Amino acid sequence: MTETLASQPWLSLITFLPLLGAILIPASRMGRPVDANGQMSAKDQSMADKVAKNIALLFTLMTFVLSVVVYLAYYDPALPGYQLVEKVEWLGDGVNYKMGVDGISILFILLTTFIMPICILASWDSIKHRIGDYMMAFLVMETLMIGVFSALDLFLFYFFFEGSLIPMFLIIGVWGSKGTKQFAGIEMPSRVYAALKFFLFTLLGSVLLLVAMAYMYFKAGTTDVPTLQQFKFDADVQTWLWLAFFASFAVKVPMWPVHTWLPDAHVQAPTAGSVILAAILLKMGGYGFLRFSLPIFPIASDAFAPLVFALSIVAIIYTSLVALAQEDMKKLIAYSSVAHMGFVTMGTFSGTEQGVEGALFQMLSHGFISGALFLCVGVLYDRIHTREIAAYGGLVHRMPFYAFLFLFFTLGNAGLPGVSGFVGEFLTMTGAFLYNSWIAFFAATGVILSAAYALRLYRQVMYGELSKPGLLAIPDVDRRELLMLGTLMAFALYLGFNPTPALDVFSPSVDALVEGYSAAIAAGGR
Amino acid sequence: MEPFVVLLPLFGAMLAMPLGRLSGPRAAEIATTALVGLAALYSWHLFFDVAMGAQNARTVTLFTWFSSGDFVADWAVRLDTLSAVMLVVVNTVSFLVHFYSIGYMHEDDGRPRFFAYLSLFTFAMLSLVTADNFMQLFFGWEGVGLASYLLIGFWFKKKSANDAAIKAFVVNRVGDFGFALGIMGVFYVFKSVEFDAVFSVVKANAEVTPWGAAAGAPVRDLTITFLGQDFHALTTIAVLLFIGAMGKSAQFLLHTWLPDAMEGPTPVSALIHAATMVTAGVFLVCRCSIIFENAPDAAALVTLVGAITALFAASVGLLQDDIKKVVAYSTCSQLGFMFFAAGVGAYGAAMFHLLTHAFFKALLFLGSGAVIHGMHHEQDIKKMGGVKELLPFTHMLMFIGTIAITGVGAPGLILFGAPFGTAGFVSKDVILESAFLAGEAGRPFGAFAFGIGLVAAVFTSFYSWRLMYLTFYRRSRAPEHVRKHPHAAPDAMMIPLVPLAIGALFAGMAFYPHFVGKNAEHFWNGALYLPSAESHAAAPSHGDAGEAAASTPSHAAPGPADHAAPAAAEAHVEGGHHVPLWVLWAPFIAMLIGLMTAALHYGRGDPLKPGFLRPGGIVYGFLKNKWYFDEIYDFLLVRPALAFGRFLWKEGDGRTIDGVGPDGVAAAVAQGARRIVRVQTGYMYHYAFAMLVGIALFVTFILLRSGGGE
Repeated sequence: MTETLASQPWLSLITFLPLLGAILIPASRMGRPVDANGQMSAKDQSMADKVAKNIALLFTLMTFVLSVVVYLAYYDPALPGYQLVEKVEWLGDGVNYKMGVDGISILFILLTTFIMPICILASWDSIKHRIGDYMMAFLVMETLMIGVFSALDLFLFYFFFEGSLIPMFLIIGVWGSKGTKQFAGIEMPSRVYAALKFFLFTLLGSVLLLVAMAYMYFKAGTTDVPTLQQFKFDADVQTWLWLAFFASFAVKVPMWPVHTWLPDAHVQAPTAGSVILAAILLKMGGYGFLRFSLPIFPIASDAFAPLVFALSIVAIIYTSLVALAQEDMKKLIAYSSVAHMGFVTMGTFSGTEQGVEGALFQMLSHGFISGALFLCVGVLYDRIHTREIAAYGGLVHRMPFYAFLFLFFTLGNAGLPGVSGFVGEFLTMTGAFLYNSWIAFFAATGVILSAAYALRLYRQVMYGELSKPGLLAIPDVDRRELLMLGTLMAFALYLGFNPTPALDVFSPSVDALVEGYSAAIAAGGR
Repeated sequence: MEPFVVLLPLFGAMLAMPLGRLSGPRAAEIATTALVGLAALYSWHLFFDVAMGAQNARTVTLFTWFSSGDFVADWAVRLDTLSAVMLVVVNTVSFLVHFYSIGYMHEDDGRPRFFAYLSLFTFAMLSLVTADNFMQLFFGWEGVGLASYLLIGFWFKKKSANDAAIKAFVVNRVGDFGFALGIMGVFYVFKSVEFDAVFSVVKANAEVTPWGAAAGAPVRDLTITFLGQDFHALTTIAVLLFIGAMGKSAQFLLHTWLPDAMEGPTPVSALIHAATMVTAGVFLVCRCSIIFENAPDAAALVTLVGAITALFAASVGLLQDDIKKVVAYSTCSQLGFMFFAAGVGAYGAAMFHLLTHAFFKALLFLGSGAVIHGMHHEQDIKKMGGVKELLPFTHMLMFIGTIAITGVGAPGLILFGAPFGTAGFVSKDVILESAFLAGEAGRPFGAFAFGIGLVAAVFTSFYSWRLMYLTFYRRSRAPEHVRKHPHAAPDAMMIPLVPLAIGALFAGMAFYPHFVGKNAEHFWNGALYLPSAESHAAAPSHGDAGEAAASTPSHAAPGPADHAAPAAAEAHVEGGHHVPLWVLWAPFIAMLIGLMTAALHYGRGDPLKPGFLRPGGIVYGFLKNKWYFDEIYDFLLVRPALAFGRFLWKEGDGRTIDGVGPDGVAAAVAQGARRIVRVQTGYMYHYAFAMLVGIALFVTFILLRSGGGE
């Protein structure tokens, strides 16, 4: 496949611009007097916090604008191959610093840069301590996430992919919510438990990924992704490598049964952390399947497809049922995330154009919708400080605008046509149907269940009499919240009615991917 | 221009809330009503343009919605006779209901919201009927479901309203489950979801190759593998689509949401749950008539389910005491009539009944609304009686609605090419005759549907007159203050009923020649499957097909396309002369039996005295409890789903996955973990360290290798 070199290192600029912001935050604090404990005076502290917030907002916005400009000016959506490619000698001997994007990755970069300013805004008032560090963590994370989607060297990818966990750990572990939990016989903060669980799940995957990577490098003599995609590994070797990659990506997606870290992580993370987790971090797994598993190990992917379908279907039905039983708003949405990502893995491994494009679209759309749902929960949490469904009821009387927005995203989550979620869900199911109608049959039951749990949540929180004393004076969304949710709604609605622009960006690269995939399977003797 | 017939109500929906905020509810009411009124006028214009006169069928495409490989679907406005009929029905009834609601809802605080929802519903319904592909149809399908959910739950303080709203949405989703799979099946077989592409292939019996299949076959003979079994392709698709239709049109097994939906305000029941939305399933079957006609087993299923529903719902309607529930079950039952008409191949008759039903059922619902309003929000007909004296005009309208639904007319009398009678008389007779003829021709369940239809007609007549007797006649059983001060309905509530009453009386006679009579072929113009048109068209263009059709005796065994239905259609052309006299009179006699029974029981003595069915008896309990469907579903599906969800969460996630996984591992290394968590974020550095070690190893590996290589 052809690679088009970039005139300027645009991708690197986009990737590292947030990091520059992260460096500026501590720099801006320098010179302010501190006491013996290293604490600034209250006035200085609030000043420094304000500066940190503004730097973070400014840099995330700049990154967003830059990415949009680069996309519009330099990205050609008609080309199937990698574009804006940069390559710099790094560790030598086939391991380079290589960046580049194609139709599969470019929109994830835009999604990341778009979601980040919203996350900063979402944290504006709700984070009370160590604000500078918090903003730094987010900026560093943005760099790492963009890196994941633009790295064209496996080793570089690994660096970004694993590195992005560190700021997320911090965000959950330091700024997570209160409460304690018994774990391994010790009492610890729940947020630490959540982060630890995250760690245990992920560790397994990354170790295997690393081993597989080393083996591939040993075999192919390079970690260059386009080269590896052309490199034909033996079928039996593919099996083991595929499993190793699968272990890592499946945890990230997360697929059943390695999903249990997600509800805990979501519940404990601050609102913006949940948004990032749902909107971007989960997508790294789905992206990994499309970038590596399918093109590099086509024969193994095809052979393991039934396993993936089985796990996806279990994820869709199982987690939807579990979502029905939830008492915590965030947990409910987290479980519904697992179900929705089940559609992604299902579409991906159908190996059809509709399935793969649907999977990509579902990931984009899920970024808007579930991100917005976590923001919606955050709006309530900021006011009442509980996520328990039973603590609410009748909010529609006091919060008409919020009721409207929350309803929109609830229905979008349930896959209502006209909202972006429907497009991805339907295309992935169509792709699965083409593969085997049983898969679509089971997946479609998720459509029934999603309506049930989504509407149940909405009913219990919003409808009924407003009678709980703590809620009587609850204010409606303010301008900042309206801006965040309104923007997300606009995108979800626009893509719901007119998904073609996004689908057109996917299609050249997906065409090529699907073609290569089918050819490889045919050659491999299915 | 044409898109505006769909978009005007959408503008209304978007304007209503802001207008309500800025200039008060009255502005929102007027704006939405006027916009829908405009759309109604325009749809009548289109109706004459497309269906009655020049036959300017056309499709206006706006822009592409879906485009993924061959999976392409546009936003479009398809105008043919079928959609033109629906446009007229939807926009007219919607306009009248908007108008009526200005009066009916005048005390409600949420009026702008109410009108926004009504207009939103209208938009969704219009986009459903004007779709030129399955996806847009599905969009409208779910859109009306959403509007229905919002309107049933309009009084969101009431728990029962919220429950009913969710039930409606979720039960509909069960139907949509089938519908969605049907669409995927269409794409799998035809590699397209566009109506024209799909229907022309079926019509020509062209060879198709399903996705990934090695060899193709003529589509009518094609078998596909669905859920591991080999099935006839068109039958599979038709059955799946029909499951969707069953959900939306509240057919037997998926009907449970409709009676509960009466929790919504009465105008909503009239518009959505009587005249328009619930008929979407009938519309779907008619739209895909060419598929159903070539899928005999599916058509048989449609007949069977339709007939069962017609009887079942009518039987439950016999004992309901809530005025709206009576009318709701009656709707369910009438939809059954439409379905079995479609099932026996009389699609024109199904659409005809859809049209006449929209008039008389909207009339009955809105009339009931006036009664409820007048009786201080009382809905129990056992607590009414004598309302005729209190609300004479309402009584007159309800009387017209009742003679229309029960089918009062003069059997055998043909005036100006149409049978003489009320709208319901004309259209129901056409359906029953079609079923009879189809049965004669050996079409499966044709005779069954005819027999069941007659029994259902007796029931219909009985419960309708029972409602009239208990509500309007005899001595009043209402409390003193209600009797003394009934609320007179405002003019806004009475005016819209007049056109509906006119339609209920005359629509049958007026449209008979076009829908099923001598002009039918010209009128439908290929928009739905008409056997006569099919055989004429097939002969010259497709030699083989024509010969095959010609060589088939017209009263042969049941089979696709060419046998039973032509006979039925020809019968209508000649005004029912092909059916024996007793068939012609049977529906009328059925109506009389129902009327007499009701009159005998409720017309004298204590109207509340027990009848044939003693309270406490098995049959009584069975009917009173709606055949126990809610209880059975709750026991078999709802409770297990909730319990299973909890079980999976606690046992699956909690004990099994976490227990073996992280918690188990952690317990095993509790010592280590204890050390890690001592520093709050210590594990973090641990992880970073692990990663660094990995990277270091990898770099070492690279360096070693490059060292070795050079």
